[in-house]
Amino acid sequence: MKSLVRIFAIMRKEFLQMSRDRLTFGMIVGIPLIQLLMFGYAINTDVRNLSAAYVDESDTHISRQFVADISASQVIIMKQRVASVFELEQLLDAGLISIGIAIPDDFDRRVLERDRQAAQLLVDGADPIIAGVAQQLSAMPVRFDSQPKQPQQAALLEVRNYYNPERRSAVNIVPGLVGVILTMTMVLFTAVAIVREKERGNLELLINTPIKTPELMLGKIFPYILIGLIQLTLILALGWYFFQVPIRGSLIHVLAAALVFIAANLSLGLLVSTVATTQFQAMQMTFFFFLPSILISGFMFPFDGMPAAAQNIAEFLPLTHFNRLIRGIVLRGADISSMLDELFALALFMVVALTLAILRFSKRLD
Amino acid sequence: MSQKQIAITASGLTMRFGTLVAVDNVDLEIEKGSIYGFLGPNGSGKSTTIRMLCGLLTPSSGSAAVMGMDTRKESESLKQKIGYMTQRFSLYEDLTVKENLQFISEIYAVPRKERKRRVIELLDLFKLTDREKQRSGTLSGGQKQRLALAAATLHKPEILFLDEPTSAVDPQNRRDFWEALFELAEQGTTILVSTHYMDEAARCHRLAILDEGVKVADGSPRELGESISSHVVEIEADDPNRARLCLMEKNEIGSITQLGIKLRVMLPKTISDPVELINKHLREANIEAKTEQVFPDLEDIFVSVTQQRRKDESVEAAA
Repeated sequence: MKSLVRIFAIMRKEFLQMSRDRLTFGMIVGIPLIQLLMFGYAINTDVRNLSAAYVDESDTHISRQFVADISASQVIIMKQRVASVFELEQLLDAGLISIGIAIPDDFDRRVLERDRQAAQLLVDGADPIIAGVAQQLSAMPVRFDSQPKQPQQAALLEVRNYYNPERRSAVNIVPGLVGVILTMTMVLFTAVAIVREKERGNLELLINTPIKTPELMLGKIFPYILIGLIQLTLILALGWYFFQVPIRGSLIHVLAAALVFIAANLSLGLLVSTVATTQFQAMQMTFFFFLPSILISGFMFPFDGMPAAAQNIAEFLPLTHFNRLIRGIVLRGADISSMLDELFALALFMVVALTLAILRFSKRLD
Repeated sequence: MSQKQIAITASGLTMRFGTLVAVDNVDLEIEKGSIYGFLGPNGSGKSTTIRMLCGLLTPSSGSAAVMGMDTRKESESLKQKIGYMTQRFSLYEDLTVKENLQFISEIYAVPRKERKRRVIELLDLFKLTDREKQRSGTLSGGQKQRLALAAATLHKPEILFLDEPTSAVDPQNRRDFWEALFELAEQGTTILVSTHYMDEAARCHRLAILDEGVKVADGSPRELGESISSHVVEIEADDPNRARLCLMEKNEIGSITQLGIKLRVMLPKTISDPVELINKHLREANIEAKTEQVFPDLEDIFVSVTQQRRKDESVEAAA
């Protein structure tokens, strides 16, 4: 009974402080809003409009037709025509174009005889995504309007695109963003929560009262769970409004997954808070955790494509499990009961982090 | 009267931070219901001792018991019985006066019905009622200190630890503050207060003088005055500067402090008639002055005992 009173006291105090700190309040709404719009529009794995230039040394109508066809694909934007391959290389070096097309003077003959490649693509292959686009372009047919159109050879495999037929990146990005934004804000909020009291001197008073460590920790977690749920709602609603991201699964299941994930992140934040001595340190530690979460959790790159070592590390990140859960529920309409092991992993993470935080936190100054 | 009841005992209390000995072998015995002072300059170990007694710091060696409870093993059950006012204002500056007190009342799990009444009572007692909706960060030094004391006494602790409570407070507020302390002591609260103000220390029932972590003296202000090994003579001269220069040459003079036109001179107890001795010196130098032996005040005591300790130390070092 006394415990409840004390937990409630901490919670109420956190809410009061939160409502008076405009920066925190801004972070609750501002971060999801800005990041969603920024990433939602910016991250696009279906590449279009790459800058390109070409040199056409044959200058026949076949070569001109070829250039026009490539431009029409919208994958590249033809910026200019230059006089030599050397100039093409210079543009590439300067970073002004990503793809250069070099058409030799015997282009027509090469096309007809089909014994050698007819033209060359100069690609800024430093970025594998651009290199991938070049692969697509290299398969482009050359049309000769002097010849009758050849029947296209049927592809061996037909592609049926489930869950995201229009191949819009936002559909995949937005549910992932729920996890990324929650990781960032939730860990950060609680990471600074105890350190701030340490810095301001409040903690010396607090540890001299009968409050018990678990009461303090729980009192610090509960208010932010609510904040997390507000953010979740905000992101999903905005994602639906701006990017038409559907929610195919049950909202209850989304909520359940998010609750456990939020609690796991908050517990981690508390753990950080017991290790760090200044708010700056707490932020540094948060980012140490945040960056791998973004990069290897499957948010950015397909999980299965990563090396086994990275996959093993990623299994220790809550975001990895949450990504599977949220994408499963939101995009595939999966039932949470088919992914209980992911939920269990999150719960385990939470229990371990919270226990460590409680053990690490000392009601003494030494 | 019945036998003394002891609230706090400590024996051989020592705290080391690395090579620094912050508190060195301090013994204490503090009576229930008394106001006990720790007098000493900054860095003399006052705060560290208080923190050890609260159970916030674990002593490197030695032990202490507060209300019969061991500060190492029973610090958690102790928390309900003690109130602690930190040196730095440690309530929440972004909460209002009333919210802070409500928060503290909930943290101490004061019964629900009493909570509201107790907060109102304290607001009234510490003259904060008209400030109850003000954020505590915007309060003046004196108001903050009253709020902090209200928070520390909210759960009616048996012992109050006050760590330099009046360092940011004007004289009038300090006086009011001490009146509040005496009231609490009368109601049976034991109060341990640290200070570096002599006038405050003089108000304590008993006090300990700390110097570089060592307790160099303890007792009531009166006992301390009687026990020191110096006479104090006050000289009122038309030209105090000349009188001072004249006396400084004499080797039996311990120390000279100038207070306006008065000089306070300390001489060893071994001199049988200190007033006559000084008069003789002044006559020889042709200086007109009134001399009078006075009871040592705390500053004299402080200077005397710390000098005595330094002397002992150098003797030890020589031997």
